[in-house]
Amino acid sequence: MIEIKLKKALHAASGPMELAVQLEIAPGEFLAITGPSGSGKTTLLRLIAGLAQPEEGYIKFEERVWLDTAKKIALRPQERNIGLVFQDYALFPNMTVRQNLEYALGKGQNRKIIDELIEITELKELEKRYPARLSGGQQQRVALARSLVRQPRILLLDEPLSALDTGMRAKLQHYILRVHEAYQLTTILVSHDQREVFKLSSRIIALHHGRISQPALPPPMLLSNGHNGDFQLSGEVLDIEAQGDKNIVKVLIGANMVRIEALPEETRHLQPGDTTTIRFDAGQSELLR
Amino acid sequence: MAQEFWQTLWLTFRLAAVTTLLLILIGIPIAYGISRSRSRFKPLLEALISMPLVLPPTVLGFYLLLAFSPGSWLGAWLEQAFGLKLVFTFAGLVVGSIFYSLPFMVQPVQSGFENLPPNLVEASYTLGKSRMETLLRVQLPNIKPSLLTGIVLAFAHTVGEFGVILMIGGNIPGQTRVASIAIYDEVEALHYGLANQYALVLIAFAFSILAMVYAINRRMLRAG
Repeated sequence: MIEIKLKKALHAASGPMELAVQLEIAPGEFLAITGPSGSGKTTLLRLIAGLAQPEEGYIKFEERVWLDTAKKIALRPQERNIGLVFQDYALFPNMTVRQNLEYALGKGQNRKIIDELIEITELKELEKRYPARLSGGQQQRVALARSLVRQPRILLLDEPLSALDTGMRAKLQHYILRVHEAYQLTTILVSHDQREVFKLSSRIIALHHGRISQPALPPPMLLSNGHNGDFQLSGEVLDIEAQGDKNIVKVLIGANMVRIEALPEETRHLQPGDTTTIRFDAGQSELLR
Repeated sequence: MAQEFWQTLWLTFRLAAVTTLLLILIGIPIAYGISRSRSRFKPLLEALISMPLVLPPTVLGFYLLLAFSPGSWLGAWLEQAFGLKLVFTFAGLVVGSIFYSLPFMVQPVQSGFENLPPNLVEASYTLGKSRMETLLRVQLPNIKPSLLTGIVLAFAHTVGEFGVILMIGGNIPGQTRVASIAIYDEVEALHYGLANQYALVLIAFAFSILAMVYAINRRMLRAG
C-alpha cells in the first residue's frame, strides 16, 4: 500500500497553480494518471521518486515513511524502492546496453537478474550496442529493463511510449504488462494517451490543474446487447471529416479506432471529444474465429 | 646558448604541466559545484573566476606579488609555516598560473556539466547511485570533449602566459624564465634570431594542440 498526500506550488505555462493530491495505491495495482499537459502529472511522479520536493507532504510505502515534511523526513531517491522510466529514456550514452543494466546493480547483488531482464525484454542481440545506435523502441526497452535491475517494488513510467509509432507501442505495452506481472509490481503510468491508459491500467485517475478529478473509468463499450443482432457501442469522437456528401467519423471504441460513415445531419451535433453511441443493426450475425 | 634555449622551453612546459594537473584537481570540483549551485551568489563566484579573462595579467600579478612578498602577512605566514617562498620562484609561478588559467579549465567543464541532460543524473540517483559515483561513472565520462577542451586550453594558456609571470617570477634562467619572457628579453637584447626560435616553437605548439582538440572533439561527437 502506498499512501500519498502532497502539496506543491507549480509554475505551469498557464500561470501559477497548486498541485494538491491525495491518493492511495494498492499493492499490485496498475494505476494510470492522465490529464492535459501541464496538469502536474510528471511532477507527481518526480515527487514520488524523490527527485522533487513538495512544500507539504507525506508518502508512506508499506510500513516505511518516505516523506513527512512535518517531521522533516525525506528519503533521497536512492533510498526509495522505485524504478523510474523517463520520457526520453535517459540511457547512459557511454555504456552499452548491458553496461547500462549492470550499472544499476547494487553491491553484492546477484548478476543473474541482468540476463533474466535481457531475456524478458528480448535485448540479447543488442546488448553490446551503445544507445546512440538503438531505435526509440529499443531504447525504451533498455530503459524499462534498467529500471528493474534493483528489483524495485514500484515502477514509475513517465509517458513511456509517447515518442513511438503505433506498432512499436503495442509491442512495448506488452512488455510493460509482462514485467508488471512477472515482478508483481505496483505500477504508476503517466500518459495522456487514452487508448494506452485503458489498455494497460486497472485504475485511472485524471489530473486537472493539479487536482485529481473524478476518476474516469473506462466507459462501458457495449451498452446494450439487444436482440436479433441489434447492439450499441459507446466511444469517443476523435475526428469528423467530410468526404463527398457524407461525413467520416473516427470513433475510439475501447483501444480501437473505427471509421464510420454518417450523414451530415447525424453528425451535426457531434464534435471531437464528445461521447457517442453507435447502434448497429446487423441483421444476421456470424461468429468467426 | 642552446642549452639555455632547451632549459627555458623545458621550464615552460613543466610549468604548464604542473599547473594543468593541479587545475584538473581544483577546476573540476569548482565547475561541478557551480553547475549544481542555485545560490544567488553564483554570479559573483562566476565573475570572480572569470576575472583573469578580462583583467590585464599585470593586475593579477601585481596583487599576487604584494600578497606573496615576505612583507605581507600571507607571504610571511607561508614562509614561516611551510618554508614556502612564492615570489621569484617556480612554486610562485605555479600558484599564479593556477589563478590565471582557472577560467580556461572551469568554463568548458562547467558548461559540459550544465549541458548534460539532467535526466542522466536523476536516472543514476533512482538507480541507487551516490553523487560521487554518478559524477565519476556518468557525468565525467559523458563530458569528455569538455574535459579535453578545458585541459588543453589551460595548458596552452599557461604556456602563453606573460604578464603574471613577469610580475611575480621575474626572469631567472632555469627557475622562472619561460619562453614568452625569453622572447621579450632576447628582443630587448636585439637577439632576433633566438627570439624567432622561441616564437616559432610556440606557434607550432599552439597550432598543433588546437588542431588536435578540434579533431578529437569532432571524432567524439560523431561517435557519441
